[in-house]
Amino acid sequence: MSRLLLRTPQHVLTGGLALIFLFPLVWASLASVAPHAGTQQTDGWGFANYDTLAHYQAGIAQYLFNSFAISLMTVLFTLFASVTGGYAFAMFRFPGRNALFLLTLAILMVPYATLLIPLYVLLNSLGLQNSLIGLALVLSMFQLPFATFMMRISFEAVPGELREAALIDGCGSLRALQRVLIPAAKPGLITVGLFAFLAAWNDFITPLVLISDSDKVPLPLAVANLRGQVMGIVDYGATEAGVVVLALPCIVFFLALQRHYVRGFMSGALKG
Amino acid sequence: MPRSLTLSPSKTAVVSSPSRSARRSRTALTGWAYAAPTALFVVIFFVAPIGLVGRMSVSDWGLFAGNRGWNAPENFTDAVSDRLFWPAVWFTVKYTVLTTVILLVLALGLALLVQESSRWNGILRTSFLVPSALGLASASLLFYALYSPQASPIPGQISFLGTPWSALWSTVALIVWRFAGFYMLLLLVGLQSIPGDVYEAARLDGAGRWQTFRHVTLPLLRPSLALCTILCVTGSLLAFDQFYILTKGGPDNSTVTIVQLIYNMAFQGQNNLGRAAALSILVLAALLVVNIVQFRGLRGRER
Repeated sequence: MSRLLLRTPQHVLTGGLALIFLFPLVWASLASVAPHAGTQQTDGWGFANYDTLAHYQAGIAQYLFNSFAISLMTVLFTLFASVTGGYAFAMFRFPGRNALFLLTLAILMVPYATLLIPLYVLLNSLGLQNSLIGLALVLSMFQLPFATFMMRISFEAVPGELREAALIDGCGSLRALQRVLIPAAKPGLITVGLFAFLAAWNDFITPLVLISDSDKVPLPLAVANLRGQVMGIVDYGATEAGVVVLALPCIVFFLALQRHYVRGFMSGALKG
Repeated sequence: MPRSLTLSPSKTAVVSSPSRSARRSRTALTGWAYAAPTALFVVIFFVAPIGLVGRMSVSDWGLFAGNRGWNAPENFTDAVSDRLFWPAVWFTVKYTVLTTVILLVLALGLALLVQESSRWNGILRTSFLVPSALGLASASLLFYALYSPQASPIPGQISFLGTPWSALWSTVALIVWRFAGFYMLLLLVGLQSIPGDVYEAARLDGAGRWQTFRHVTLPLLRPSLALCTILCVTGSLLAFDQFYILTKGGPDNSTVTIVQLIYNMAFQGQNNLGRAAALSILVLAALLVVNIVQFRGLRGRER
């Protein structure tokens, strides 16, 4: 009991600190449904701000679709390239192996802006300008250093006997990958997928540069654009509602997959 | 790195027995086949753009007009003599130093606070970490509303974004809120890799709390602190989203960062991709230098 009493001031202090971190999120969620002059929700609590958001220009359904399409494609492209690439780097010796691996990691060293200016021109010549696929391909490229590194160390951590047994059993290398290595490296896959999803869902400058068609922008851009466009007056209610819609999937994924999220950083922190 | 899983030719020769070199080249071919998607991605979306940005930086390249011939070194001299170039460099550096110092001190404090595992500390860790699940753009939009005179829940008429000074500090506050948990997590990993008997030895030698922190924890935490510093410095030097959304570079262009300047040169007003490419190459070079210096400095003092 006395120990508990001794610890109480510390609990109050740390609890207060935690509340400071949670406050902006709680405030935005409440403010988006609370009555406030100058927003669509003027009297009583309700979802009028979300209604404004739903009917903004192409409609929130369109922007949500764009965001989900971009994020899912980025996850698929990233997983495909990093699983095959990680497998190659972890299990095979081939000329240029180290050079290609280092080149993939070098993507981290180059600022987004330096790559986006030529990519803007390059996607035009590939016929991928203004397209969700082109955007997802670029976002996947930005994910490759982390994803390839993560899959490589995940595959290298699979016990050697397991893979050799599969090969002796007459599995080809592809069957060994499908049957033995992918199931064994599942946590790595989830981490890579989660990071690719969050990065694609949240990226701002890449679609800002690469997408000029206002019906094709993802949600963060749409909410940012929405601010100035209701007769020049910023509709803070709709902005708050937009933030909630943007943040909700991220927070749900984060809370559900927190262990994988932490694991991703740990591998980076230990090896980096 | 463990190499035990790598198929060495001698090992596989036991499994099947075609000639060694044939087997080796078959392994190499299979390896390349699996590496092909990565190689394609890297060549098309990384190597080719790097080459192209080099060419653009020496060309008169308009946003709509395209390539109109050689224009070096004018692209570089024009970029550097832009009215906003030196203010942007100065502001970016100031912002980077402020953010890095505040974030690392706070993150270290938080990590020390929650390093023992208990239920309560688990709750604390999650609360500090939740903001880092948000995108930087979403967090900026959230603080945009939080700082607005009309919607703000903070009492009093404080102008959060009205003066250069307040705009800078308001943005720093946003970044600290968004990233403190992230850096806390990285430092926590470092703290937990310090073996317990080191602390025990320090205690037996009669070291106090502060002495233990100063002479045991800090030196052993150096690799993690170095990683955080490099990530934080690089991220802050390339700051864009937060200023684009919160301040749009204002008031009076006082919060224009270097990446914003590149964006403006390319896509807003000037429409000069050549000059923007030149500036972005300068930024790339500066970043490489800064990172090499950091690696040297932080690695060198490790022992």
